[in-house]
Amino acid sequence: METNTIVSSGLDLQASFIDALQGLGLSSSTARLIWLPLPMLTVLVAAVVGVLVNVWLERKISAAVQQRIGPEYAGPLGVLQPMADGLKLVFKEDIIPARADGLLFTLGPVLVLVPVILSWLVVPFGQNLLISNVGIGIFLWISLSSIQPIGLLMSGYASNNKYSLLGGLRAAAQSISYEIPLALAVLAIVMMSNSLSTVDIVAQQNTAGILSWNIWRQPVGFVIFWICALAECERLPFDLPEAEEELVAGYQTEYSGMKFALFYLGSYINLVLSALLVSVLYLGGWGFPVPVEWLAGLLGQSVDAPLVQVITGSLGIVMTVLKAYLLVFFAILLRWTVPRVRIDQLLDLGWKFLLPIALVNLLVTAALKLAFPVAFGG
Amino acid sequence: MTIASTTQQICFLVLAATTVLGALGVVLLPNIVYSAFLLGGVFLSVAGLYLLLNASFVAAAQVLVYVGAVNVLILFAIMLVNKREDLSAIPGLLLRRVLSGTVCAGLFALLLRVAFTTRWALPGPLPVGEDATIRIGEHLFSDYLLPFELASVLLLMAMIGAIVLARRDVFASDVITGEPVDQGLIEKARSPMLLERGDTSPNPSSPLVETSR
Repeated sequence: METNTIVSSGLDLQASFIDALQGLGLSSSTARLIWLPLPMLTVLVAAVVGVLVNVWLERKISAAVQQRIGPEYAGPLGVLQPMADGLKLVFKEDIIPARADGLLFTLGPVLVLVPVILSWLVVPFGQNLLISNVGIGIFLWISLSSIQPIGLLMSGYASNNKYSLLGGLRAAAQSISYEIPLALAVLAIVMMSNSLSTVDIVAQQNTAGILSWNIWRQPVGFVIFWICALAECERLPFDLPEAEEELVAGYQTEYSGMKFALFYLGSYINLVLSALLVSVLYLGGWGFPVPVEWLAGLLGQSVDAPLVQVITGSLGIVMTVLKAYLLVFFAILLRWTVPRVRIDQLLDLGWKFLLPIALVNLLVTAALKLAFPVAFGG
Repeated sequence: MTIASTTQQICFLVLAATTVLGALGVVLLPNIVYSAFLLGGVFLSVAGLYLLLNASFVAAAQVLVYVGAVNVLILFAIMLVNKREDLSAIPGLLLRRVLSGTVCAGLFALLLRVAFTTRWALPGPLPVGEDATIRIGEHLFSDYLLPFELASVLLLMAMIGAIVLARRDVFASDVITGEPVDQGLIEKARSPMLLERGDTSPNPSSPLVETSR
């Protein structure tokens, strides 16, 4: 709101696109209609490509951790391996177990995937480079991610398999318990930025480059958020719902083909999304470690010049993706380093450790905001 | 009619139809699991209706609270006890159904009458858009403070009740020695004291009890 007027508006693709189409003689509403699906498609493609990159990284890094070579023959350095994986899943037979509940069995994976993709609505790659700057921004993500457990419970129940049911119940329990500290950590950030909108949260962090990133003001919140995000994504050390040694594959046990691929996609998209949101909330989003305005001033360029705007816009996208993938790298490294926790340890960590710490963090943030309104966004 | 208003009308019709049909399904379907999942669908479409009314914060809160918490807990409860067995026949089922149907129809007629006789203010108040979040916060901490705090007290009571129900049976005094029991020890699942609570035969000179204390 206020910050939008302070920071220069930057690249606005929508306005330029609609202007260009109106120049061709189309009416304003038609131009808007043609524009509407474009960012959605772009983000969808970006999300899927992100998953492919992610799968390749996972294979390569796990190989490196275990001193193997990893995928090598499919394309240079095995970059086509994820494509091969995906194609294999497409051509696999789609099996619905005989005593399973066909309708719920099919609906479950869809309900797991759709909220994750919808959440990309609020991920900003630049001042105007997001699908929609909704005012409730980050809260939308929290509420959408709470739909996921229903899909997990649904597929666990519909499989008619005790391992699946146990996996579904575990997944739902885990996701409910870690959502609360997660929301509390986000709340502390929101309190400092006076806005739920992701664009405002990032814009507010980009006044002094790396020094004004939220991670310096919210180190505890950062750790809580990262732990909870890993738990929400069911990454190791928190991958109890699909713990192979105990539950075969949890709620995914009976799934094959594209239905399994939906779970697979969902979990990886969720991982990328969580990493993106960590970078948005704590690591300055699209911001360069040195303020771009300052750099442009040093080079004697105006920030509003078209070429500078294109460069800053691209730099913003690169920075967001770079930060996110650094976090993804860290998550993969964690996965191949630490052992899995037990279910009671998981719930203890969530309820008895993270929740009180998150509450204290919120209280301290509120107190600091009252005491030092300059530094904590009073 | 613009594209926006047409889309809105289509959305409203779809959402209203899902809400009504889903709610009927919740009540009428014999399989309780289907009812629970449909309830989630009903909550979601109600959230969609809020969204159409420009109340995005309320819509997100509806999804978070009703779908993410209430409905998941209902599903949890069903899945932990569901044994997939047919319920035994209840005597006079038909009469009961007719009676409850009549009550529901009467209630529906009453609501319809209210809906048609009330003078609705059309068009309604102007939507405040994104400022709604701030407005809600201001109201919650000024004129709606008492209901807000009362709701938190209610939740606290529910929480204490749940803890009381979920606690294991705790003997206030030790069965064997009659001394008051250290609660902290009993709370720990793997403490040896709890393991021995099974043998209730009063045997004061049991060496096991001595070692465990």
